[in-house]
Amino acid sequence: MGICFSQVSKQFRRVRVLNKIDLDIDHGDRIALVGSNGAGKTTLIRCLLGEYNFQGKITVDGLEPGANRTEVLKHIGFVPQLSPPLKMPVGQLIKFAAGVCESKPERMVEICSQLGLDIKQIRHRPFNKLSGGQKQKLLISIALGRDTNLLVLDEPAANLDPEARHTFFQLLAEKQQHTAMIISSHRLDEVAALVNRVVELDQGDIVLNDHVADQINLNSVLACRLRLNRSSSAFAETIREWGFVDSEDGKVWQGEIAGPDRLRFLGVLSRYAALLKGIHLDENEEEGQADVKAHTA
Amino acid sequence: MKHLLLAAKTDISESLRSRWFMVYTLVFGGLIVALFMSGLTESRVMGFSGLSRVLVTYLQITMAILPVFVLITTVRSVAGDREAGVFEYMLSLPVSLFAWFWGKMLGRFVVVFLPVALAMFVAVGWGIAKGIEIPWTQVIYYTGFLLSLAGCFLGIGMLISTLARTSDVATGIAFIVWLGLLLFMDLILLGMLIRQGMPSETVIAVALFNPMQVFRTAAMMLFDPQLVLLGQSAYVILDNFGKTGYILWALFYPIGLGTLCAWIGYQVFKRSDLP
Repeated sequence: MGICFSQVSKQFRRVRVLNKIDLDIDHGDRIALVGSNGAGKTTLIRCLLGEYNFQGKITVDGLEPGANRTEVLKHIGFVPQLSPPLKMPVGQLIKFAAGVCESKPERMVEICSQLGLDIKQIRHRPFNKLSGGQKQKLLISIALGRDTNLLVLDEPAANLDPEARHTFFQLLAEKQQHTAMIISSHRLDEVAALVNRVVELDQGDIVLNDHVADQINLNSVLACRLRLNRSSSAFAETIREWGFVDSEDGKVWQGEIAGPDRLRFLGVLSRYAALLKGIHLDENEEEGQADVKAHTA
Repeated sequence: MKHLLLAAKTDISESLRSRWFMVYTLVFGGLIVALFMSGLTESRVMGFSGLSRVLVTYLQITMAILPVFVLITTVRSVAGDREAGVFEYMLSLPVSLFAWFWGKMLGRFVVVFLPVALAMFVAVGWGIAKGIEIPWTQVIYYTGFLLSLAGCFLGIGMLISTLARTSDVATGIAFIVWLGLLLFMDLILLGMLIRQGMPSETVIAVALFNPMQVFRTAAMMLFDPQLVLLGQSAYVILDNFGKTGYILWALFYPIGLGTLCAWIGYQVFKRSDLP
């Protein structure tokens, strides 16, 4: 899929939100779209989805999203940062989405189940009554449970638990061969492991557009062993959310983390730096890449 | 077409779950029950009796309630969805704006028309059960008038909804539109205009272009061809229009106006920023 932004500008009354953006996205690109609040990330995405009028031109495989909405959107899976306040039941949302996307509801339900969301239990529940994590999982399932050439994901893993994030990364790994991705985030470290290119926006301008090393296998899993100098209930509560189990009275913890989650995980650990006596990370190869070991003593 | 039906179905389900629909259905259902309980079928006033009297009264009350209900609930549809942030996600799915907009309109039409029509059919069913003579021609025409009136205000509601950026503003505009049309009826302003000696062409124009007045006059005309109940404005209308012409106007003008408003609303909708 080739996407071309050419001199794209967007203005709301007197405020210019995008300023003559030129950007090309090629097949296989996984882009981190980063920038602070008001940088123009959401506006750029909405222009791409044909939801905003703008100056300049955007083409997706030669087609303009505004003029060829259904044809373009048929190939784009979108997960918004803020879930829409839909009152319709979950089952109906899936049916509607599958109907307009010409996919099968079963595919979406299957991905829900992989992410740990049991549709049978929530089928009749209004979408807006789900928890943040459930909503996120459902929207991801709808985006991934159809044939797409481009995934536009706005803070997609923000509300997911570590296990669901791991599954999510694996699902992205399955798609990465034939799907371009734009992953929007406030923070690069949240999405760094998922991408091979970074585009940073600042007040409507692209201030960074660079390719980055693409060495992290989305499928990889890191076996992790942590040693603490003393046990801590706060640490225990946090680390259990990552599925870790303890031994030696809470002084040693063991578990697994998804490879692309390593930065996030280390970010969590950094909050407890004073407690840490040792960290051992060992990448289990699923697709034959080099070992990564990190030791601190 | 598949997408349009999906959008319509979604809107119908959404409406069926909402509180306004429950109130709306209860109002019209309750209205019919109240009319039966008040003994209207037994009375004879101005030549109306039995089911005819119930239907005339029902239609006159419906004329006042239906538009405001349809307007207030419809104007929240596009403006409310936009305001709540529903569009960002729902319109990122590959559904055409045509299917989304007109599907919403179709779904809403089914939802606003059915309770009103059903209440009338309940009255007819009750009449059949009691062995009362059913004025079938009037029932068919009345159904047509109701359909046209519902379509008219639905279209006006969709237009207001696309023009207003917030649902509060949309609701305010809808209320003013309803009040304006209500004032420009023979009951109030139109009667005054005639009394003030306004040119008959102006009075006729106001009467002909006010969908609520058109509905009211046509509904009365079926039972009261001389329009005794309507007063002098009705005479002016009849002299210049004729009975058949007016009934045809009453069947097609309101829904035509509604469709035109909805079409303008759609043009605004597809040309504007969606979320």
